[in-house]
Formats: sequence, C-alpha cells, structure tokens
Amino acid sequence: MTATLLHTDNWIQFDVHGLAEQFWNNTVDGLAQGGIYALIALGYTLVYGVLKLINFAHSEVFIVGAFATWLTYYALGFRAGTTPQLPVFELIGFLLVAGVVAMVASGAVAVLLERVAYKPLRDRNAPRLVFLITAIGASFAIQQTLKLIFGLNQQPQIRLVQPRAVFEIFGASVTNVYLILFVAAIVLWFVTDFFVNRTRLGRGIRAVAQDPDTATLMGVNKERVIIVTFLVGGLLAGAASLFYLMKIPQGAIYNGGFLLGIKAFTAAVLGGIGNLRGALVGGLLLGLVENYGQSLFGGEWKDIVAFVVLVVVLMFRPTGILGESLGKARV
Amino acid sequence: MSLRERWNALSRPAQWAVLLPVVALVYFLPVLDPPVIATTGTDFPTAMFDVARYALVAVGLNVVVGQAGLLDLGYVGFFAVGAYVTALFTSPSSSLHKLPFLWTLPLAMVVTMIFGVILGTPTLRLRGDYLAIVTLGFGEIIRLLADNVDPLRGQRGFERVGADNAGQPLFTHATQWYWLTVTIIIAVLLLVGNLERSRVGRAWVAIREDEDVAEIMGVPTYKFKIWAFVMGAAIGGLSGALYAGKLGFVNNQSFDVVTSMLFLAAVVLGGAGNKVGVLLGAAVVAYLPMRFVQIAKYNYLIFGLALIILMIFRPQGLLGARQHLLAYGRQAYQRLIGRGDQISGDSALAPEKTGGRS
Repeated sequence: MTATLLHTDNWIQFDVHGLAEQFWNNTVDGLAQGGIYALIALGYTLVYGVLKLINFAHSEVFIVGAFATWLTYYALGFRAGTTPQLPVFELIGFLLVAGVVAMVASGAVAVLLERVAYKPLRDRNAPRLVFLITAIGASFAIQQTLKLIFGLNQQPQIRLVQPRAVFEIFGASVTNVYLILFVAAIVLWFVTDFFVNRTRLGRGIRAVAQDPDTATLMGVNKERVIIVTFLVGGLLAGAASLFYLMKIPQGAIYNGGFLLGIKAFTAAVLGGIGNLRGALVGGLLLGLVENYGQSLFGGEWKDIVAFVVLVVVLMFRPTGILGESLGKARV
Repeated sequence: MSLRERWNALSRPAQWAVLLPVVALVYFLPVLDPPVIATTGTDFPTAMFDVARYALVAVGLNVVVGQAGLLDLGYVGFFAVGAYVTALFTSPSSSLHKLPFLWTLPLAMVVTMIFGVILGTPTLRLRGDYLAIVTLGFGEIIRLLADNVDPLRGQRGFERVGADNAGQPLFTHATQWYWLTVTIIIAVLLLVGNLERSRVGRAWVAIREDEDVAEIMGVPTYKFKIWAFVMGAAIGGLSGALYAGKLGFVNNQSFDVVTSMLFLAAVVLGGAGNKVGVLLGAAVVAYLPMRFVQIAKYNYLIFGLALIILMIFRPQGLLGARQHLLAYGRQAYQRLIGRGDQISGDSALAPEKTGGRS
C-alpha cells in the first residue's frame, strides 16, 4: 500500500537528454526572462540598499505598469486579435508612448506607496517587521483594487510586435522580442548604474545608503533621496512591464505581479541585494537556471526551481554572489 | 489597563469562575443562533467552525510570530501538510492504509512537526525579513508540490476525507465539529500558556526582544527558534487536519499565499503575542466577511488597508502583547515595583531604539 505511493514513477523525473537538446533555446529564453527579472530586481535592490526594507509591494508597482501599458494600447485603438502591421517608426512611437505611460504609472504608485505607507512608519521609528507587514498590506490593497476594477480574468492580449526570428545561435532562434528585451534590460541597467554612480542625486542615494545620519549632516536631503529611490525603482518596473507584455501579451492580470515579484526578489538576493550589478547578474542567472530546470524536471517545476534557488542561496550565501554593496560603492 | 490589572489581581480560581460562563457561552453560540450575530450567507454553525479553525491557526501562528518574533509568511504550508496527512490516511482516494480520523490528528501533528524541523533547520539561521521571504518561498513550494506531485492528486483532490470504514464522516453536524475544535483550542491554549510561563517561553520572549542579547545571556537561540517553529507547525497541522475532516475534501486550491496572509493578518490585527488578542483577530478576520456578505467582495482590500492603517497607528495590534517576564513571580514582581506587572508591551513589533539602524 505504501509502496504505491512511494514507488510511483511520477514524483520527479530527470530529463537530461531534454536539457541537452534544449540547452541553447533555454539559454536564449532564460536571458530574455532574466532581463525582466533584472529590471524588477533593481527596484528591490535600490530600496533595500537605501532603507534596508524589502518593498514587498514592488510586484504590485510592476503590475500596475502592465495594466497601464495595456490601457494605453487600448486607448491608442489597438484591440485583441491580430497583430497590426505597422511601419517601424510608428511602432516605435506607440511603444514609446506606452512605455512612458507605464513608467509614469508605476513610478507614481511607488512614490505614493512611499509617502502614504512607509513615511509615517519612518517618522515613528517603527521596527523592520512593521514595515514588512505594511508592505504586505499595501500589496494586498493594490492587488485587490486592480481586481475590483479589471475583474478576475486576464486582459485579452494585445500584441504590437509580432515575434519573428531574427537570427539563430547554435540552432536556437532569437526573436526580435527577445532581442529588444535583452538589449533594453542591459541599456536600462547601464543608465541606472550611471545615475547612481555618476550623478549628484546618485551620490546622495549612495550616501544615504551608507549612513543616513551622516549624509543628512552633510546636507543630503534624505527624504528627497528616498523619494527618488522609489521613483527610479518604479520607473524601471514600469519599463519592465512594457517588455513583459511584449513577451507575454496576456500578462495583465491582477495577481500577475506576485510570482514575478518573488522571483525578482530572489534574483536580487541571488546577486547580492543592495548591489546594482548583483541585480543584473542575479536576474540573468535566475532566468537561466529556471529555464534549465524547466527542461530538466518539466515545466510544472519551473517555479519550484526558483524558490529552491532562493532558499539555497540564503542558506549558504545570504549576501548573494556579489555581496551587498550599494552603501559600499566607490565614492 | 485597569481592567487588565484587576484581572491579574484575581486569584486563579476566581479567574476560572469568570472564564467558565464565557467558555460555556462560546460553546453554545451555534445552538443559540442569536439573531444579530448569526451569519446570513453561511449556515451559522459552519461559520462558527470556520471562526474556530482560524482561531486555532492564529494561536499556532502566534507562537511563532507573537512569542518568538519570527515572521512566518508560509504558515499555510503547515496547514496544508496537516490537511494532506489526514486526507492520505482516511480518504478512499488514497492508496495508503486507512486510519480512524481522530488518530490522524496526532499523526498530522507529528508529521508537521517533522516538516517544521526540516524547514526550520536551514531557514532559522536567517533573520527578520529574509526569514519572512524564505518562509514564503517554502509555503509556495509546498503548494506547488501539491499541484505537481501525482500521488497528492492536484486539483482532483481527495474525497470523503475523514470517513470511517462505513463511509460515514465522524460528525455530521457542523456544531459538533465546532465543539471539537473549541475543545482543542482550549487544550492548546492551556498548553501554550504553560509553555509561555516556562523556560521555553522566557527564551522566546528574550529572542523576540533582542536576539543578540539573548544569545549573549546564554539562551541557545537557534534551538529555541526551532522549538517555536515546530510548536507553531504542529498547531497549524492540527488545524489543517480538522479542516480536512470537516470539509471532507482536500485539493490544492485552498492553500495559497493569500490564505497565509489572512492567517498573519489575524495575528497582527489582534495583537501578536497576546493570546486573547489573536483569538479576537481570528474572529474578526474569519467572521466579518461571513456576517457582512455585502463586503465579502472587498474583504481582502479592506484587510490590506486595515493592515497599513493599523501599522501606522497601532503597530502592536488591537490588544498589545504583555509578558510575565517572571514566571510564577507576579506577586514578587508587584512587590518589587509596587504595582501591576506592566513590564513592557514591547515585542518585535514595538518601536526600535533610535540610532540602532542595522
């Protein structure tokens, strides 16, 4: 009797052959997915670096952006169904509009969250667990608001860019969507890195991350720095949501941010939370590992792979691969 | 405060004398079916069972979150394990040897305790928010396992859970389930109360207040954290087993993160670390959506907003935690400071000392 439970073939299957066969496809897929993780992870990392706070509601900041993108498409006259054939410049224009709207929406939600939920707690010197519970509450509230407005189901998919293979690499075709995604993630990462490491405001962010009291004494406006940090995280999440909808057009659903958020957080921790480079490395790595795992164990184990990675990393190297270092960045 | 002081001033038998009628009233609530309190959408005894189930979960989670100060976002995982143990050993859908339902309750507790050790051993070296996220991950892993591992039957689930050989469930009336659950809650409360007043409980409070200091003072923090985790897990598993027995059906649909958050909301809302508080919190979280069906659609939204507002204005919850730091030493302490034992309402959820940002 027990034997049938234990000796069933269906516990976990290893498909090494499948992995070998799918390796390059998985790599391409994983890098594209990893780009999205990296962009969201940047938001977690920035806020964590400055406030030592896991902004649990960041996943909702992201999904608000996804809805904003979808609504913009809709408002621009696109409907579900066939992908329109647009001239390249027009297409880029539409994508830019949607991207800007998504970024503004996400950025606004992030800043609003900071002002309404976190600021009062900071004024009261609340402990970190209180912040986390507030973040959970905020996450709930935003999610449910979206559910009330848009309903339980996914929004019908609106595609502006039809995926089409651009070139092949080791037999794995790279679509235009993946290419855009990957390049955009890298570019946005460089912009963020430049902003944090080379600009005046970025220096403020690093100063507050290092030592808020001393930074305040040195004339850094701490409150402004915090708002800017949330804003940058929100903008990046908004951009990520645009690319996410490009890859997964049916992705606008009220709870669609949750899993992605956890995974992005995993990516941030994997690379070393509070570390910009870590967010990129962690994001890409998680995307890869997840896709390899998917081939090895089967599609339904994809999410478990991510969670197991999270647990294992936190067990053996809680500071991540590159370490926590926003505050320790070069001056 | 004065009410609490007066309550503490009463002798044990006097406290019991006050409590007994209250307990009796709680027992007979479903029978009385009072007009204003009775739920409209759900049948009242079933609603009361749900409230009791939440209360049991809240008491268990309170050990972890309230007593030891470990934020566990994956508590529903233990609840699920308990439910699945019962399902595997009683449902005709499973190929395992059948046991009588009541036997599966202790079995579910033992299995969840083992799970508590398995999950706690690696994770409890982490602190604070990292621990919270990892437990969240573990909760999800358990849910996904229920989805994907074939013997756990995914969405098809187990039918006639808790039925005996003749195919009859243990109780047919929800009221009987409610009575069983309330009895178990009282037993668990007594047990947890004793644990709180023991060396273990003091160690938990010490860990909650300041882990480093506790460690320096000679408290083996890691060991006691696992203890808290395991105790909480056992109670969660017990509640899951009861839930499975009452419902008679277990599949993978009722163990998502949202449920975990509701459990946590019950504890935080009522006041982490305060047993009466968490019972109140559980009652609020479970009962209000069933009583006011109109708002049921909005209940998660309301909980979310309530959590934000509560954390700003009353982070310790509706009823804050209090702790007798001196076990059996109430009178001694009163003599020492000349008044009631208002030592501290502090917890992991109380204001942080300034300057100590780390």
